[in-house]
Amino acid sequence: MSKKQRKNPLSLKLDRRNFLKGSALGLAASALPLENADASFIEAFFQKHFREMNKKEIQEVLNRLEKEYSEQYKKHVTVKATKAMPGVQFGYGLDLSRCIGCRRCVYACIGENNQSRDPQIPWIQVLSFRKGDKWTDLEEADKYYNPATVPEPEHWYMPVQCQQCRHPACTRACPTQATWKEPDGIVVVDYNWCIGCRYCMAACPYGARHFNWGEPHIPDDELNPVTHYLGNRPRYKGVVEKCTFCIQRTREGRYPACVEICPVGARKFGNLLDPSSEIRYCIENKRVFRLKEELNTQPKFYYFYAT
Amino acid sequence: MIRNFFKAMKQILIGDRNYYLWIAFLSFFVIAGMAAYAEQIHDGLIVTAMRDPVSWGLYISNFTYLVGVAAAAVVLVVPAYIYNFKAIKEITLLGEMLAVTAVILCILFVMVDMGHPERLWHLLPFVGAMNFPSSLLAWDVIVLSGYLFINATIVLYVLYKLSLGKEYNLQFIKPLIILSIPWAVGIHTVTAFLYNGLPSRPFWNASILAPRFLASAFCSGPALMLILFQIIRKVSRIEVKDKAIFKIAELIAYAMCINLFLEIAELFKEFYSGTVDVASIQYLYFGLKGNNGLVPWIWWATILNVIALILFLNPKTRENMLTLNAGCVFIIIGIYIEKGMGLVIPGFVPGTLGEIYNYSPTHIEILITVGIWAFGALLYTLMLKFAIPIYTGQLRFSSTKKTDGEKTSSVDLEPIAE
Ligand code: SF4
Ligand code: SF4
Repeated sequence: MSKKQRKNPLSLKLDRRNFLKGSALGLAASALPLENADASFIEAFFQKHFREMNKKEIQEVLNRLEKEYSEQYKKHVTVKATKAMPGVQFGYGLDLSRCIGCRRCVYACIGENNQSRDPQIPWIQVLSFRKGDKWTDLEEADKYYNPATVPEPEHWYMPVQCQQCRHPACTRACPTQATWKEPDGIVVVDYNWCIGCRYCMAACPYGARHFNWGEPHIPDDELNPVTHYLGNRPRYKGVVEKCTFCIQRTREGRYPACVEICPVGARKFGNLLDPSSEIRYCIENKRVFRLKEELNTQPKFYYFYAT
Repeated sequence: MIRNFFKAMKQILIGDRNYYLWIAFLSFFVIAGMAAYAEQIHDGLIVTAMRDPVSWGLYISNFTYLVGVAAAAVVLVVPAYIYNFKAIKEITLLGEMLAVTAVILCILFVMVDMGHPERLWHLLPFVGAMNFPSSLLAWDVIVLSGYLFINATIVLYVLYKLSLGKEYNLQFIKPLIILSIPWAVGIHTVTAFLYNGLPSRPFWNASILAPRFLASAFCSGPALMLILFQIIRKVSRIEVKDKAIFKIAELIAYAMCINLFLEIAELFKEFYSGTVDVASIQYLYFGLKGNNGLVPWIWWATILNVIALILFLNPKTRENMLTLNAGCVFIIIGIYIEKGMGLVIPGFVPGTLGEIYNYSPTHIEILITVGIWAFGALLYTLMLKFAIPIYTGQLRFSSTKKTDGEKTSSVDLEPIAE
């Protein structure tokens, strides 16, 4: 015990009377500025909710973040806040008959979206089923399979990531509106507004939300410096993050990183409102299902069998 | 007024050797808890055993249990004001102070569970961006703070009046008292709905959850109070009649009957229909694929609850202090397991994608939890130390108007009889 107290001089300063006065909030508030002694801590502390900021305020925040990240990762980092394009609802398709479980998408996603390498926080999880297993009985699925080659015989694979629900359980649960659905249907998190209560994690039926239990670590040279405020900018410890359909790419007309990398073309992406899009073709012409439809979250993530 | 307050405050510094030892004992755990919390703030919640598949653990379990204590404390004692049930009336204030303490502990447990406690203000209406009425957590913030406010007001008002040697004006606080009853049910219901409203977690998404919450709260809260009352009447001048204690024990017996009945209803539904959703409850009661960390706990909880029920149903054992206290302890432990870890963890196991993660709290989590409980005990002790002399009439302030209009107060404190 005494050893631990010596390691934390902070706690020694707080005797009982102080504790009674200050309670845990005081302790937390006094502990944090000590660690991040720079002035931007104060700015970050009083930062408004993203959706309540005007253009100028957003620009100020972006500038501050760019400076912070550039210093931290010793390279030029940009933070955009590109808005949703009108007339766009993004949708995703995944061809289960093609997926071979190679998990290239998982690693492309980690690189593109600056997920922490240590501890590792993958946004995409690829479940492996033995043929004949029913996909509703998810305990039968293997998340941590590790064969020498894929696909393993007698197996099939189901990648799961944020389903970008039309009725997201996560945004309904969040007590602070730190997460919301954008006009193009992407569910995003403001990492500067999330209080880390993790109610959204309890609410999401697809295990799509991930929490930064510790300080996220990305090697400087592996950081993707092209970032979006609501997407792949580096995260803080103690906040929730999730797949954003690569908001930094797709709002500029590009494909998500996972779509681009998939070696067998199992992944489809596009604008659901555009009748000529590939995703619309798949939905209209293939055998399609969505995960856990009985929960009525109405995912915009469609699984289908092309063959 | 202010001076009087400080005079009464002094009371908490005066005590015998045992009192100081007790305070020192609790302070030790509070400080240990704070040291552990400092470490958690520094390293992040990674020092806990919680991970993505099981994202709430010991802290939220304690929170859930304590909401029950807070609710039960007031629902039990408040009717005393209204119906003037003499035997219970004497202890109303003690129950309300317990409710206040329990709510404060609830708030502390939520705080230590947060990734960013300094952003707590984001949760407030107007200054932050409270997601009301959509998020049940926002509701919980509202009902819990309202409950704290109501009970603290009643306690302070009664103490203030008594300290002046006057009888308090029942008409004045009656609306508050009446309000506090549905409100107590409310905090518990809202907390149950917090879990209940998540279709992603079939274990919680059962309509029986809220009724079960209430039934178990009416067992564990009063059981805790019975133990406290007996200690208080030993060490202070407050009289708590045996009759009142036995009456409360009887109420506990009814509540436990309902609780166990609802448990059976739940078990029947899950196991007889045997859908894939049976996995969570199977994990809790029998283990899943060799993972059975919770199994002995829940069976002990059930056994303790059943023994307590038998003890409290039989008037002979109910009115024997030894078996009565044993029953109370059994219930406190039994419900603590059942409505704590036994409720929170199976909600997460198996996870939404089927993962089975075996959660067992780290020593940091345990230290922080013990620290918060010790803080609660300390707070309650100090509140009693402050309130009891006023309540029993040992401490009185008489304010008299002097001719020159100057108000003076004099304190006359009877010597404490040992
Ligand atoms: S999949 Fe989960 S995180 Fe994604 S939108 Fe739906 S509820 Fe939210
Ligand atoms: S963890 Fe963050 S995003 Fe999730 S519910 Fe809490 S505040 Fe909202």
